[in-house]
Amino acid sequence: MILQITTTHLPATDLGYLLHKNPSKVQSFELPFGRAHVFYPEATPERCTAALLLDVDPVGLVRGRGRAPGTGEEYVTDRPYVASSFLSVAMARVFGSALAGTSRERPDLAGAAIPLEARLAALPCRGGEPVLRRLFEPLGYGLSVDARERDEKFPDWGTSPVAGVTLRGTVRLRDLLAHLYVLVPVLDDEKHYWVAEDEVAKLLRRGAGWLAAHPERELITERYLKHRRRLVRLALARLVDEGVPDPDEEAEARSRAEEALEERVGLGEQRVGAVLAALREARARSVLDLGCGEGRLLRALREDRRFERIVGVDVSWRAVEVARERLHLDRARGPQRERVQVWHGSLTYRDRRLEGFDAAAVVEVIEHLEPHRLEAFARVLFECARPGTVALTTPNREYNALFLGLPPGRLRHGDHRFEWTRAEFEAWARAAAARFGYSVRFLPVGQEAPGAGAPTQMGVFVRG
Amino acid sequence: MVEAGGRVLEIPDFSLVVLVGPSGSGKSTFAARHFRPSEVLSSDTFRGLVADDAGAQDATVPAFEALHFVAGKRLEGRRLAVVDATNVQEEARKPLLDLARRWHALPVAIVLDIPERLCQERNRARPDRDFGPHVVRNQVRDLRRSLRGRRGGGLSEEGFRYVHVLRSPEEGEAARIVREPLWTDRRGDAGPFDVVGDIHGCYDELRALLETLRYEVEESAPGVPASVAPPAGRKLVFLGDLVDRGPNVSGVLRLAMGMVEAGTALCVPGNHEAKLLRKLRGKDVRITHGLAETLAQLEREPAEFRAKVAQFLDGLVSHYVLDGGRLVVAHAGVKAELQGRASGEVREFCLYGETTGETDEFGLPVRYDWASDYRGRAAVVYGHTPLPEAEWLNGTICLDTGCVFGGKLTALRWPERELLSVPAARVYYEPAKPFPAAGAPGPLTAQQRADELLDLADVLGKRHLTTRLRGTITVREENAAAALEAMSRFAADPRWLVHLPPTMSPCETSGEEGLLEHPAEAFAYFRQNGVPRVVCEEKHMGSRAVLVLARSEEAARRRFGAVEAGRGACLTRTGRRFFEDAALEEALLDRVRAAAEAAGLWERLRTDWLVLDAELLPWSAKARNLLVRQYAAVGAAARAGLGEAVAALDRAAPSQPEAALLLDRFRARADRAVRYVEAYRRYCWPVRGIEDLKLAPFHVLASEGAVHADKDHLWHLGALADLARADSGLLLATGHLVVDVTDPESAAAGVRWWEELTGRGGEGMVVKPLDFVARGPRGLVQPAVKCRGKEYLRIIYGPDYDAPENIARLRKRGLARKRSLALAEFALGIEALERFVRGEPLRRVHECVFAVLAMESEPVDPRL
Repeated sequence: MILQITTTHLPATDLGYLLHKNPSKVQSFELPFGRAHVFYPEATPERCTAALLLDVDPVGLVRGRGRAPGTGEEYVTDRPYVASSFLSVAMARVFGSALAGTSRERPDLAGAAIPLEARLAALPCRGGEPVLRRLFEPLGYGLSVDARERDEKFPDWGTSPVAGVTLRGTVRLRDLLAHLYVLVPVLDDEKHYWVAEDEVAKLLRRGAGWLAAHPERELITERYLKHRRRLVRLALARLVDEGVPDPDEEAEARSRAEEALEERVGLGEQRVGAVLAALREARARSVLDLGCGEGRLLRALREDRRFERIVGVDVSWRAVEVARERLHLDRARGPQRERVQVWHGSLTYRDRRLEGFDAAAVVEVIEHLEPHRLEAFARVLFECARPGTVALTTPNREYNALFLGLPPGRLRHGDHRFEWTRAEFEAWARAAAARFGYSVRFLPVGQEAPGAGAPTQMGVFVRG
Repeated sequence: MVEAGGRVLEIPDFSLVVLVGPSGSGKSTFAARHFRPSEVLSSDTFRGLVADDAGAQDATVPAFEALHFVAGKRLEGRRLAVVDATNVQEEARKPLLDLARRWHALPVAIVLDIPERLCQERNRARPDRDFGPHVVRNQVRDLRRSLRGRRGGGLSEEGFRYVHVLRSPEEGEAARIVREPLWTDRRGDAGPFDVVGDIHGCYDELRALLETLRYEVEESAPGVPASVAPPAGRKLVFLGDLVDRGPNVSGVLRLAMGMVEAGTALCVPGNHEAKLLRKLRGKDVRITHGLAETLAQLEREPAEFRAKVAQFLDGLVSHYVLDGGRLVVAHAGVKAELQGRASGEVREFCLYGETTGETDEFGLPVRYDWASDYRGRAAVVYGHTPLPEAEWLNGTICLDTGCVFGGKLTALRWPERELLSVPAARVYYEPAKPFPAAGAPGPLTAQQRADELLDLADVLGKRHLTTRLRGTITVREENAAAALEAMSRFAADPRWLVHLPPTMSPCETSGEEGLLEHPAEAFAYFRQNGVPRVVCEEKHMGSRAVLVLARSEEAARRRFGAVEAGRGACLTRTGRRFFEDAALEEALLDRVRAAAEAAGLWERLRTDWLVLDAELLPWSAKARNLLVRQYAAVGAAARAGLGEAVAALDRAAPSQPEAALLLDRFRARADRAVRYVEAYRRYCWPVRGIEDLKLAPFHVLASEGAVHADKDHLWHLGALADLARADSGLLLATGHLVVDVTDPESAAAGVRWWEELTGRGGEGMVVKPLDFVARGPRGLVQPAVKCRGKEYLRIIYGPDYDAPENIARLRKRGLARKRSLALAEFALGIEALERFVRGEPLRRVHECVFAVLAMESEPVDPRL
């Protein structure tokens, strides 16, 4: 990773005074993740360029000191080559005085706006060039961006998310450094390699004087704080194949996307309401929430004393943990501990613990099963667990056309294996009901649209 | 009375022995003399355990709770337990009788009815018994009350099956306890047996069946058997329901009684015998379900015969455990937790099975299908429920094939497990509900239907699996939890998941300059483990794939229970479908099927299904996402970042000597980044359809009747080279070289071969013992060790891994965990196939495959 800062302010070699680094020497610094070198590729009175070169130790990242938490223990990583929070850490160490705006020899120049150019050889830009421009242009920089292919031999692999970027502006050097210090990790938007917890505080301090007025301040702070406590769950990640990153992370991202899509119509809440109504109508006292996820419906069920026993089940161990945490189950005492429970289980295996409940809610679950596993699911639910009432919801595919932002033909959630039209769902539900001795009625969930129906469809199955 | 040599007290070897006697009657002395210390549970001991004082009377309630708990655990494990407490009151004995009943153990009472004077004297001599004389007086009074009553006293009436009363200390001392096996316990009898299903008076069919089984039947008159001679050493087993409904009940009874008496047959009772016995005893029973036929036929026999029948029926034992515990016979079957035990409940189950409490449309009780939940080790052979065919289900088989309803009479030969049957000459009796049941029989067997649903309890939690190759393997609970998620969310239909490949360890780390791995270490590993010859196989540059392939839809259905689920599957190493595109998968499987056809592989292996272990190329076919998002992205960033660094240093170098040094360093790094990009590019080519895929199979894992782990690798490679020749457009043969690791020249040739392969950009090689399964001085040897090339490792350890300062650190890597996982997974994968080939229930195969996946969630260095 190399950062080059150039000025044409005369005499250009005064840059050395501003940076506190002699243009005729190479200076090197030990850092927790490798070494930093400062040298001057060009130092003439007309034009002077200082280079900050990071020599990141790739093996140390994985094994040695300075090892970053949550890095996925990868040796094959872009971290040694791109501008990231490592660069911020190095700037603070190497250009500390310049960042603070002090210069013994040229105090006036340190306080003056001068023509400066910063070149980053490899800057990851999450969100692409538009985000890059939204971050730097309000601060008065002109940008040139060199987009590159991921691999010129395979053009269909697309553009690399890492670009060569040059910023030009007439600014104080301290401001340029502070902007880079804060915005490079924001653009990178990756796992941060915080050397210490107080780096976060330092970062915010560097934003003093300009961050508050920045039109993208929310994006900047949000991206900062988002990665600070990323849960790392590698066990499952090891089980899925090459090419699938952390499946939990993927699932979360997809769920967020689906939520965003549906939340515009308040669907999540209406779904909980509709299921709750069906369970109350059935006078159920013991209830299963199969595929409970992080426990949204469980929280609603818990508020109603008519439900004396509430059990959530999910196949994702992570979801089970989050649901338990959100319901504060570890702190439940006495009868509460018995009343609400969350179990790890699967809907494609027979599970005797699920027998004997008055009702089961199966909310937005079946579309996550492979079609060839639906047979097992139906038997597990209707033949083995056999609750008195089942409230089962699934997306209505016909409604998808009405979702803004959902391209035609696409499913609402990246993990959906299928989405059904009303006729398809009703055919499946009626066949299952007839086979296992249930009756079924269908209810729309959410605002119905002419010809398309409601966004969610619900089947209420009653035994006998 | 004290006899010479003392009295013999007979007790069942599995029983709950309750000592009864007042304080000071010598119970503990008696118990210590006749039982093992671990068998004796004394109330004083438990008082001491819960309250630090063996005499603490206020701790009596918790002490007995603890004693009952421990006694229950012993009985649950089918171990004898002796309760050493006064037990003189009925209230004290009742919970013990309940406990015996709960675990189906026979309750035995041994009473020490010692004169009160002696008890008082003894207590006075003991400092810890400071209670007054009234205590013992009351106990003696309670004991008297308990012994009052008819024979055996009140104790028999309470439910004790054996009551032994000892009247003096001397008698107690001289007595001898003899432990008798339960009547049901005939584990010592190994047969061989011929087990016959429900006969219901079908004498002619029985006779025909016996003749098929080569028994010689002599008759004194037509339909009246005189003697039966079995083929040498064999024994007949009757499963009950010999009587009622059919035409010659007397003949069947006469034959069975004669053989049982002659010791050439065993017989367990059916519900029809139980009812007949009650009738013969003069009880009022409803004359239904064909009892009338029996009674009418017995009327024609002499009274003496009827008396003999009653005596015979009275002596029948609920069920038998035979052949070292491998075989259990009972009329209506018997659950694992009831086998080899005795109680009213055991007998009821063996006669009637269990019912759900519901009745069906014909007014008959709905039977609880215990066999579908059966998980016991013993095979259970039973009758009672007429079915059109005898079929194995979870190690159980019902032999009632409805002979009297016009079906057939069926026998099972044990241990051969052969089924033989004789059709009924006609319908002798109209059944209450149609036989066979209405509706066409489905295409699947009972086992396959049961296997359509797997049970969570069979996979979740901490599990211990027994494998042939590596004994017991333990799966940790959290690993099973991770596997459940992967299995439920991503895996293919479990019916196709009959194998998962093991992980593979690299060779020990090489000390050669610039190298992490080198064949010398692989050869040394095998040499040190007593393996003289190895085969080096070219490591293909693709992804692992397991192909499960049926030759026809019929074979897919018969062998895999797959209906409308295709004729095979191409699976990844974690059990997912390799392709999202079902048509592409089907096309690939079709090509391999056709190649097997052309190569004559089906005939050669006498099979109509195959499991192949292979590598599917290119790697980018499956890992495109990873390549694009990680490998290529890193390559692009590295080349750009390092390129600009080199350019900048180049400008500074002429004037600054330190910059010149840095320039050398960064030029080398930039060069390694280019080589890294070249390395991953070798794994990439666009896949538009099957014509762009290559499949390199290297193991013929299994086919009908065989897991080919007993053949050496040259056999596997040879068979697969034949296959590859049949479709060279798709299939690749695996290049290989046999190396004698005890011969330096041969080993050197192996090294040269590896250098040549990796010099051409190849991934490296896999070194395997020539035999598929090899054992050395420390047990099972790694089935394969990989030896990866220098350039390939760049995409594993990063572009700069071979810089001198990096490689020195990377050499420190621990292989032990990886190797132990590789062995466990290998043993589990082979176990899964062996169970599948033996036709075991799917859950038994699935638990092995599930365990492989669970092991894969263990944290180990992913670069190994």
